[in-house]
Amino acid sequence: MKVLVPIKRVIDYNVKVRVKSDNSNVDLANVKMAINPFCEIAVEEAVRLKEAGTASEVIVISVGNKSCQEQLRTALALGADRAIQIDTDQQVDALNIAKLLQKIVAEEQPQLVILGKQSIDSDNNQTGQMLAALTGFSQGTFASEVKVDGDFVKVTREVDSGLQTVSLTLPAIVTTDLRLNEPRYASLPNIMKAKRKPLLVRSASDFDVDLTPRTQLIKVVPPSERQAGILVDSVDELVEKLRNEAKVIS
Amino acid sequence: MSILVYAEHDNSELKADTLKTVAAAQQIGGDITLLVAGYQCQGVAEQAAKINGVSKVIVADNNVYQHQLAENIGLLVTELAGDYDVVMATALTTGKNFMPRVAALLDVAQISDIVAIESADTFVRPIYAGNAIATVKSLDAKKVITVRSTGFDAVETDGCAEIISLAQVFDAGISSHVSDEITVSERPDLGAARVVISGGRGMQNGDNFKLLYGIADKLGAAIGASRAAVDAGFVPNDMQVGQTGKIVAPDLYIAVGISGAIQHLAGMKDSKVIVAINKDPEAPIFQVADYGIVADLFEALPELEKAL
Ligand SMILES: Cc1cc2nc3c(=O)[nH]c(=O)nc-3n(C[C@H](O)[C@H](O)[C@H](O)COP(=O)(O)OP(=O)(O)OC[C@H]3O[C@@H](n4cnc5c(N)ncnc54)[C@H](O)[C@@H]3O)c2cc1C
Ligand SMILES: Nc1ncnc2c1ncn2[C@@H]1O[C@H](COP(=O)(O)O)[C@@H](O)[C@H]1O
Repeated sequence: MKVLVPIKRVIDYNVKVRVKSDNSNVDLANVKMAINPFCEIAVEEAVRLKEAGTASEVIVISVGNKSCQEQLRTALALGADRAIQIDTDQQVDALNIAKLLQKIVAEEQPQLVILGKQSIDSDNNQTGQMLAALTGFSQGTFASEVKVDGDFVKVTREVDSGLQTVSLTLPAIVTTDLRLNEPRYASLPNIMKAKRKPLLVRSASDFDVDLTPRTQLIKVVPPSERQAGILVDSVDELVEKLRNEAKVIS
Repeated sequence: MSILVYAEHDNSELKADTLKTVAAAQQIGGDITLLVAGYQCQGVAEQAAKINGVSKVIVADNNVYQHQLAENIGLLVTELAGDYDVVMATALTTGKNFMPRVAALLDVAQISDIVAIESADTFVRPIYAGNAIATVKSLDAKKVITVRSTGFDAVETDGCAEIISLAQVFDAGISSHVSDEITVSERPDLGAARVVISGGRGMQNGDNFKLLYGIADKLGAAIGASRAAVDAGFVPNDMQVGQTGKIVAPDLYIAVGISGAIQHLAGMKDSKVIVAINKDPEAPIFQVADYGIVADLFEALPELEKAL
């Protein structure tokens, strides 16, 4: 079976973003970019399914401008077989990303689509679920374990109360949580090999999807900063302050 | 304006977060209907009917909704959404799971995790792990919104709404529930606790979390953890606080052996008072802590328990 893995180019998770002084957005000029960490976990899971003989081919896909080819190449170096870039300079809402992905699902007919649960920039947590709805597929979100078994996939999900395991009819959508696996590093030979793997560029306007924005970003401001506090010298002093100054304990 | 709010529950108890989501709905303003979908959940419907500002409670009680599978709940809510201008759910794992399905089926965007409301179509939400706060306008006629509970104060519960049963059943038939592994705790819920004490990698192992128990008992606190502590298997996943775990804003948050990575801060920096216990004076957690103590946690925790 084919596995499709949509990946997103985002700010590196170690970087603390700054808001532009005109409050139009965050400032991404000269900032280190990377594969969204949850997408990296998704690629790893797909590659493991291929190594286990469950998957026949792993296709990675990204919607974005030319720069996201860098992340697609990284995914190829991690073991994906081929890549598709859906080229657009526009800021695309999650719903429209899902609609573009739906077109590729229709063409490629994967049995499994593995996405990240959340992009660490927009913090949306919605694209996978939307794609599931548009394709009519079942979904296992926030996965910490994925087991393909015949026509079904069993997904253990990280939920507020603990873990929930569901059985899904294939084809299915899975979104990854942090504990699903620990992604490998790309080796130098694999990075070299990835340069020769196929990367197909297609224009977003070729898909008959209306990309008109559904949301408008009005402004972006920095969060309110906390006042720096004080260091106390002893536990007794701490308890005294919490009781009498902060008045949060009795 | 008519608003449909999805009630969070486990078939027996209504989650307190729903009271905050209703508060958000009230700020948008309009006639509020609550949906209780589950199995043998009449008790929840009765609790829901008491929420102030709710005019009607719709109960969808059927075993296809027992585990609130996204495929089935998604169909149900999409069907009901026809009658409403706004559909809202709490941004907890249930709502996060099915709401984007509803949005896609309605062909509208979802505005995730709002913390404030500017007007009926304009909302405030944190992005980049809370390092930026965006104001977003929805251009769709119908709004699909998930609400971060920490942004809103719970409404009272002395109302009395009418309860209506829904006979129609929606079963997508493509998913089934296998099992649950529920973490049982006598302590308050992380999201609802007035005090939270969290342990990080510095705790060294799961057994050492016992050092937090006595303190938690004295303070009526919930116990949380950093990702590192969960990844290392010290504690279960449902204890993770942070950008991609639970978001909390208690009166008092005590971070023990936690360095203060931005992803952790994203889940707790709106707490009223933050205390940090860490042996490294350079740990970034001290930059957000109101009271810091540079100490070995294995000495500080027993002292703290005694001093309380
Ligand atoms: C995509 C993504 C999502 C993430 N989501 C989350 C999230 O939701 N929540 C989250 O918490 N993290 C999250 N993280 C991880 C985050 O980046 C940090 O790695 C993590 O928070 C570190 O946990 P920690 O502070 O316990 O460990 P460390 O950073 O290792 O810090 C341990 C601290 O303990 C102190 N210490 C050690 N021994 C003692 C002692 N004896 N006494 C006192 N202090 C001691 C040390 O000085 C140190 O400061 C995420 C990361 C990524 C990439
Ligand atoms: N521009 C994009 N291109 C490809 N995949 C994407 C894109 N945006 C989001 N995704 C996928 O959807 C997941 C969840 O993103 P989000 O819904 O934005 O939080 C990501 O982890 C990716 O797998």
